[in-house]
Amino acid sequence: MPITGVADGKYGLREYLAFIGASVLEDKRSVLVGTGLPMIAAMLAQKTHAPNLLIIFEAGGIGPLLPELPVSVGESRTYYKAVAASSMHDVMSLCQLGYVDYAFLGAAQIDMYGNINTTVIGRHDSPKVRLPGSGGANDGGSFAQKLIIIIANQSQRTFVNRVDFLTTPGYLDGPGAREKVGLASGSGPYRVITQLGIFDFEAETKRLRLLSLHPGVRTVEVKENSEFDIIMSDNAETSPEPAVRHLQILREEIDPAGVVLGK
Amino acid sequence: MTAKDAVSTFIHDGDFIASGGFGHVRVAMAIIYEIVRQKKRNLTMAGKTAVHDLDILVGAGCVNKVEVAYSFGHELRGLSPASKRMVETGQCKVIAETSNAAYQWRFLAGMMGLPFIPSRNLLGTDTGKYSSCKVVKDPFSGKPINLIPAAYPDAAFIHVHRCDIYGNAQIDSIVVEDIELSRCARRLIVTTEKIVDNELIRREPWKTKIPFFVVDAVIEAPYGSHPCEMPGMYYYDEEHIAEWLKLSRRPEGVDSYLQKYVFGVDTFKEYLKLCGGIKKINYLKRRESLREPMIAPWRKEA
Repeated sequence: MPITGVADGKYGLREYLAFIGASVLEDKRSVLVGTGLPMIAAMLAQKTHAPNLLIIFEAGGIGPLLPELPVSVGESRTYYKAVAASSMHDVMSLCQLGYVDYAFLGAAQIDMYGNINTTVIGRHDSPKVRLPGSGGANDGGSFAQKLIIIIANQSQRTFVNRVDFLTTPGYLDGPGAREKVGLASGSGPYRVITQLGIFDFEAETKRLRLLSLHPGVRTVEVKENSEFDIIMSDNAETSPEPAVRHLQILREEIDPAGVVLGK
Repeated sequence: MTAKDAVSTFIHDGDFIASGGFGHVRVAMAIIYEIVRQKKRNLTMAGKTAVHDLDILVGAGCVNKVEVAYSFGHELRGLSPASKRMVETGQCKVIAETSNAAYQWRFLAGMMGLPFIPSRNLLGTDTGKYSSCKVVKDPFSGKPINLIPAAYPDAAFIHVHRCDIYGNAQIDSIVVEDIELSRCARRLIVTTEKIVDNELIRREPWKTKIPFFVVDAVIEAPYGSHPCEMPGMYYYDEEHIAEWLKLSRRPEGVDSYLQKYVFGVDTFKEYLKLCGGIKKINYLKRRESLREPMIAPWRKEA
């Protein structure tokens, strides 16, 4: 079953995901954002419940008031009315130092520990589909305290037992693994957002767990659309619904051309 | 010096090259087109967030090896058909994977004259395994630490807002990783929107990001980042990029694009005229300053 509001034609799936993405970002935090939905989610959060959200771009933009959707994480929009416009060395050093709360990324594949792939589908030496690679994703996933991942098409092809290429670290092979390889302790995946629900990671096992179902989605769909077993919590809630003003901001201010949010 | 002379003098077949800016932001396109025109071959390119710059060079067959942080994609516009196809058909080899921070720190190590920089990324991942980095035990803490080796590209090309005839270059935007790249590159070509008097540089020396003594060539190239963005001056030419993305879905399309826009013209000026001339440039200026709405003509082609 599709999300009720999508089926009713109240909003598009991508609009809903942008809203959900925004809803997981708290005010007065800093977020390193990737291209597309993560950017839109951060913009929406900043224009609604999180006016003091510090948006950070890997190429050097720090704390902009984004006037429109940037095409690139390195273009001039990314430091429009910003507090600083510096360099990749500066931003990445700040991330490594621990100044960045969230990294917000997209991915092509994810496993039960939140490890993600944005490099290649198939074998590395003879790729079926060559994807762009890490970009700043490995850095965000290594340095940020909380990693948020958005995948708009959860299925057995994207929620996999083993990612074809481990581009960006989640919890690697389980509890303690990040610390063991030298990554900052206490960091790691925080939320995963798909077209079916919102997920977190169980503290003891570091495994993906259902946190809430989008309105109209059934638990069985979450199970069916994953190669690995997702931990089902007994009291999974229903994800929130956007208000009219959220949709208005998305449609009129953030992406009026429908570049990402359009059909 | 002209772009033609700079490329024939400083860029050779088999070189390891790097492009400044951010893939489709502040890119030395006059040099990129000239590399294509002179049919340079077997180049290895730093995929340090490489977007349109790399796509053209791989598509044209000039670059056949890439060390990838971010390549074969056009960010919000989607994947790059030409360079992606070259990799998937084995015509372009990915010789290593890395991340944006790690690439940047390869240049930093190079700039500092150090063999490597320690870091806490790439650890525990395939990106690390397929990279040129090594993990060692930190002698102070005993914990694992990643070592990123220095990079010294044979040639780099960087587009800037203004520069004097000696090579003192000023950038009015984020520098991305150009401070590091300009210093670690063995040979550096600077293209500039405008060549200005040395007097003007000395009036505001804090704006100088690249000093003359690391620069080998200076070329005046107004609108020289087209169809990429030049921060504060002009925005991407999305119509032109859409044309490339559409044509480059087929190898013959790459050929016809290059025939029209690169081999069919002798200078960057002629190319600009072909792309819509001053009328187009004025539109891109208005677009940069948010006086025109966003368009995404490539969206229909996706």
